[in-house]
Amino acid sequence: MIFLLRALWAVIRYDLVLSFRHKSNWANAWLFFVLVVSLFPLAVTPDIVLLHSIAPGLIWVAALLSMLLSLPHLLRSDYEDGSLAALLLSPYPLPFLILSKIVAHWLVSALPLILISPVLGVALHLSLEEISVLIVTLLLGTPVLSLVGSVMMALTVSLPHQSILLSLLVLPLCVPVLVFGAGAVINVGLGLSNEGVFALMGAILVLAVTCAPFAASGALRVAEF
Amino acid sequence: MTDKVITRRSGFWSWQWFYRLGSPKWFYELSQTYVPWLSMIVFTMLTVGIIWALGFVPLDAKQGNSFRIIYIHVPSAFLSMSGYLVMASFAAVSLIWKVKLASWMLKCAAPIGASMTVIALFSGSVWGKPTWGTYWVWDARTTFYLILLFIYLSIIALQSAYEQKDVADKICSILALVGTVNVPIIYWSVEWWYTLHQPATLKLTSESTIHSSMLYPLLLMIVTFYLMYALLLTLLVRNEILQRESKKEWVRDLLDKNGIK
Repeated sequence: MIFLLRALWAVIRYDLVLSFRHKSNWANAWLFFVLVVSLFPLAVTPDIVLLHSIAPGLIWVAALLSMLLSLPHLLRSDYEDGSLAALLLSPYPLPFLILSKIVAHWLVSALPLILISPVLGVALHLSLEEISVLIVTLLLGTPVLSLVGSVMMALTVSLPHQSILLSLLVLPLCVPVLVFGAGAVINVGLGLSNEGVFALMGAILVLAVTCAPFAASGALRVAEF
Repeated sequence: MTDKVITRRSGFWSWQWFYRLGSPKWFYELSQTYVPWLSMIVFTMLTVGIIWALGFVPLDAKQGNSFRIIYIHVPSAFLSMSGYLVMASFAAVSLIWKVKLASWMLKCAAPIGASMTVIALFSGSVWGKPTWGTYWVWDARTTFYLILLFIYLSIIALQSAYEQKDVADKICSILALVGTVNVPIIYWSVEWWYTLHQPATLKLTSESTIHSSMLYPLLLMIVTFYLMYALLLTLLVRNEILQRESKKEWVRDLLDKNGIK
């Protein structure tokens, strides 16, 4: 058990160190997120009411696209430099190793988005309560995006031009997270309670955590060898 | 004690029929016998059903002639959902028992399901114009079918992305299963989203009870569509079998017998 935990920590640490050495990997996706959100007032209108009504969906869609951009760093680079093969050959259960890679990916690609989202929320005229709900939904929802993304990444890891295919695979399956995430923020404006939505998002997260690593490792074994 | 274990079971519970189903050659020969019958039945039922629905069913009091789209719309919508279930069960069979034929069935079921979804969406939007006054409504069901179409398309895209066909088969089975877990969640989330937004006035003209003179042709068309699905799937799979097994002796014999080189 202790060896397993050490192995998992080693995987997380390895990925974190790598991403701090190649800051552009995650910084670009983060910048993309901020840019997309700030382009919308320019493209649509600076009108306060309209911006306020589209803000939750906008931030959620931008977060989804930005995570989609950083997804290749989850497994693709490991596939290319061969460290994925080392993971597959290791004596530790593959689903857990994949899960720790997903944790590292989430820390690097989703956490910065969540940290900057209050600023964007203020810029789009969301109220304080709406911003706090937005952060809770992002905390519950972005791990699901990482998990679903890891499965789709594993399914396409050996393909040469996988990026467009990857978005085709990931986006339809992310609809529930998007709907509940943006819907919860809209609920605040309508004066509705959000407990049910949080519970549902939590349930989706639990389901994803339990299933996705196994699906991803199954797919990796098929695609790799 | 040991005797009991060793005793070979026969008949249905020996599961021989199940493994025999997995043999491409066996399936090819079996389908050879039923395809002509099935295609004749489907053709007859389709002709009867369409003539009945278009010519003899009385006009709807509110919608006039436009309601006749129901005879295409509802069966195709049925099939696009059941088509996904069919795909999911083939995916499970191919992953659990490693039956090659099941993954070929899955591959062939995806385009049929996708076309059924396209037909359902298209006929729905054509029907929407006279009844709702618009081609497209972001209503829970239409949106769900749109996403379902995307999922079908993603399976087709993934299948065609791999050059090694056996890898593509397994990969697509995994994707189809992951999709199966997701489809109900997507359905509920879209329902929830719809009730949240509460579009104001658009409603289907509420006919909870449909008159039997309209119902019977509808049932006929639904059954016809199911049979047509089975027929199309069989034909596509037969084609797939010939392509995949083209190096096998029995396919070569078959080709020789038909004078094809």
